[in-house]
Amino acid sequence: MQTEAVQRLRITYGVDGPLRYLSVLDMGRLWERLLRRARLPLAFTQGFNPHPRMAFAAPLPVGYSSTHEVLDVYLGAIVAPEGALAAICAESPVGLCLQSVVEVPLSAPPMQAIMRAAAYEVAAWSAASPEQMRQCLQWALDSDALLYERVRAGRTQSIDLRPLLLKARYLGQDEAHRLELTMVCSPQGAGRPEELLAALEIGESHWAVCRSRLYWDAHTEE
Amino acid sequence: MPVCDETVDRLLLQVSKPARYIGQEWNSISKDWDTLSATLALAYPDLYELGMSNLGLAILYDIVNRHPQYCAERVYAPWPDMEANLRAHHVPLYSLETRHALSEFSVVGFTLQSELTYTNVLNMLDLGGVPVLAAQRGDEAPVVIAGGTCTYNPEPMTPFVDAFAIGEGEEAILDILGVVAEARAAKATRDDLRRALAAIAGVYVPAMYRPRHGASGVYAGVAPLEGAPSTITKRIVRQLPPAPTRPVVPHLQATHDRATIEIQRGCSRGCRFCQAGIVYRPIRERPAAEIVQAIDELVGNTGYDEIGLLSLSSSDHTDIEAIVQQALDRHSHDGVGVSLPSLRIDSFSVELARMISSRRKTGFTFAPEAGSQRLRDVINKGVTEQDLLQTAQAAFAHGWNRIKLYFMIGLPTETDQDVLEIARLAHELARMGREMRGRRVEISISVATFVPKPHTPFQWEPLITRSDATRRQRLLREALRGRAFKLSYSDWDSTWLEALLARGNRCLGDVIYSVWQRGARFDAWSEYLDVPLWQQALAEAGFDTENELHAPRTRETPLSWQHIDTGVAISFLWAERECALRGDLSPDCREHCHHCGILATFAAERSTVEAGAWGCP
Repeated sequence: MQTEAVQRLRITYGVDGPLRYLSVLDMGRLWERLLRRARLPLAFTQGFNPHPRMAFAAPLPVGYSSTHEVLDVYLGAIVAPEGALAAICAESPVGLCLQSVVEVPLSAPPMQAIMRAAAYEVAAWSAASPEQMRQCLQWALDSDALLYERVRAGRTQSIDLRPLLLKARYLGQDEAHRLELTMVCSPQGAGRPEELLAALEIGESHWAVCRSRLYWDAHTEE
Repeated sequence: MPVCDETVDRLLLQVSKPARYIGQEWNSISKDWDTLSATLALAYPDLYELGMSNLGLAILYDIVNRHPQYCAERVYAPWPDMEANLRAHHVPLYSLETRHALSEFSVVGFTLQSELTYTNVLNMLDLGGVPVLAAQRGDEAPVVIAGGTCTYNPEPMTPFVDAFAIGEGEEAILDILGVVAEARAAKATRDDLRRALAAIAGVYVPAMYRPRHGASGVYAGVAPLEGAPSTITKRIVRQLPPAPTRPVVPHLQATHDRATIEIQRGCSRGCRFCQAGIVYRPIRERPAAEIVQAIDELVGNTGYDEIGLLSLSSSDHTDIEAIVQQALDRHSHDGVGVSLPSLRIDSFSVELARMISSRRKTGFTFAPEAGSQRLRDVINKGVTEQDLLQTAQAAFAHGWNRIKLYFMIGLPTETDQDVLEIARLAHELARMGREMRGRRVEISISVATFVPKPHTPFQWEPLITRSDATRRQRLLREALRGRAFKLSYSDWDSTWLEALLARGNRCLGDVIYSVWQRGARFDAWSEYLDVPLWQQALAEAGFDTENELHAPRTRETPLSWQHIDTGVAISFLWAERECALRGDLSPDCREHCHHCGILATFAAERSTVEAGAWGCP
């Protein structure tokens, strides 16, 4: 088993359909099996329980689709990125949409450490009027604090969503209200669109979120 | 009409672990229903994570889906949060592949692997829109069938199941689907369909049997009607069919999260408590070359990092060492390991464990089952104290710091002294480990309570009483104080219910129906098992549970399962029981035939396979 990495590939892909409901741990196992089926020369972690060396840029919350996911994979032998792309495509399950595979320097910083923000396309089914939705979003942007009770693992925690909200735009209404949100997504924390909807009390019956873009330090420098 | 995706999507955002209910996993198979003559829902009456670890269903999924005119789709028991959502939104329980309600399938087939899943069967039928009682199903309703080891005593589930497939299902499932497809095409009535199903070998149609009662109203077995066979002999396959090598890879971490291949069916050891050792006879080994080839395919088709080589006694396969070596040579560089459940107690097994654990040295596990030599002889374990000590010594010598031991309490003839021997053995191993490893080792002791199972030499034995069981557990707890020991034992409630359902007769069907109506489900989960509910229903049905569980049975006592024939003669079981009570051993039957009856029952089958294909001498 190879533990020394000689190449790092950056895989960009989308998530849709059934795979929206996988947790980040399930997604990790899915990729591990997918990469093994694709017969890529994986590099493994050391220790009692070796795993292929790979890292997601940012965990995708359960229920979200995405058009911009990033995974770095470390290999024990050099491969051509376009060959890897074809091999991975051939073994991809329903709901995984491969976009690109490129080589990045082994020494590049870990993606997770340099993540800054994410953009989301949000659909909310609600009886509110477009005008009310616009006002709600404006109110959110104008306020100093947006308190929200987050319940996780049976524990309630009060958090302020306002510093996590970077941009908000109302796009219009078809069967649902369409919003575009940019929220913090960094090692310090991540905003979640459905939590913002809940805090705004727009009375949505259900929602759908697609993470459309990840922003990391290299982007802001661009 | 399949359940629409938007409907499901809305439910899924409100439940825990929604990935249990989505389907479309790697290697799952969805067919166009317009081209099919019969559709089968393979139902596992517990959670997805458990069901996806079941090899039996994976085998049937593979066989049925290979047939161009049939499909098999999966369905698992929804967790109570999902059940509440399904009911609140009037969405039927649907199959994962094409999201059809259970009521739309031509056959719904359950695997019954544990008695504590029985209420889930009723609940799944109800959620799927299928009448729970077989008597209430019309000509259009699906045929509900059941297989799996619990069906060797099918009686408690007879009100809910149209037909039981007794024994190995690989061939029987295609026979059943064939009969159902034909009946559907001919617009046959339910009665005609029943008769056609009862004519298939190994198929038990309970509606064609009536319970009999003796002079004093005592249950006396069942009697066939309309020319149904008086005994139903289990089905076997003459040789193991090709192993499935494109199993569905689950979205969630399964309980046993690995690819599996059955390397051998049956076991020659003859442990007298073991139902599997009887019902999986005769022994059939899969050839080594076939196994190695299948492992290659499994790794390539699934991407799993672990391949489980399954059998009742993995180290008994003639070529096991070569198989493990080849699997590791070919795949360990890709981070793929091999696992062997159920290793024998000898130093050869330690060698095997050493080969496969170069990466992950977790605990070394073996199962002495009983603490004293006397009791191990009673159960025909065929293991001496010296075997145990040498095995542990070899494990410590190879670097293990943890040993896990499986025992049972409540075995026939057991005394408190036998149980204390478990503790003595554990202390002995802890001392040996400390000396050899130069540090404290961990001895983990898992103690199950013995349930006398149908079709075993101990089928006439009573269940241990609650007071004896708890006293013996306490004895162990007191004798195993100290940080070296980790003791765990099964709780009485689930043992009690398992014993009741495993050995019960047809009258229990009403009780199961009644507790389900009052909300019983997931009885295997301690947070859901509601014993007072069961007790109340049993009392209302006038059921004497004390007598049922703890009264001794004689050779003449009618047994609820006596019309089910495993191929093993009852005279053999009784003789083995007599040997047990004398403490006489019966050696491994690969070396010496004990004339259990299996060869007489399946003489025709054996005459068509190569010499040596079966483990019998």
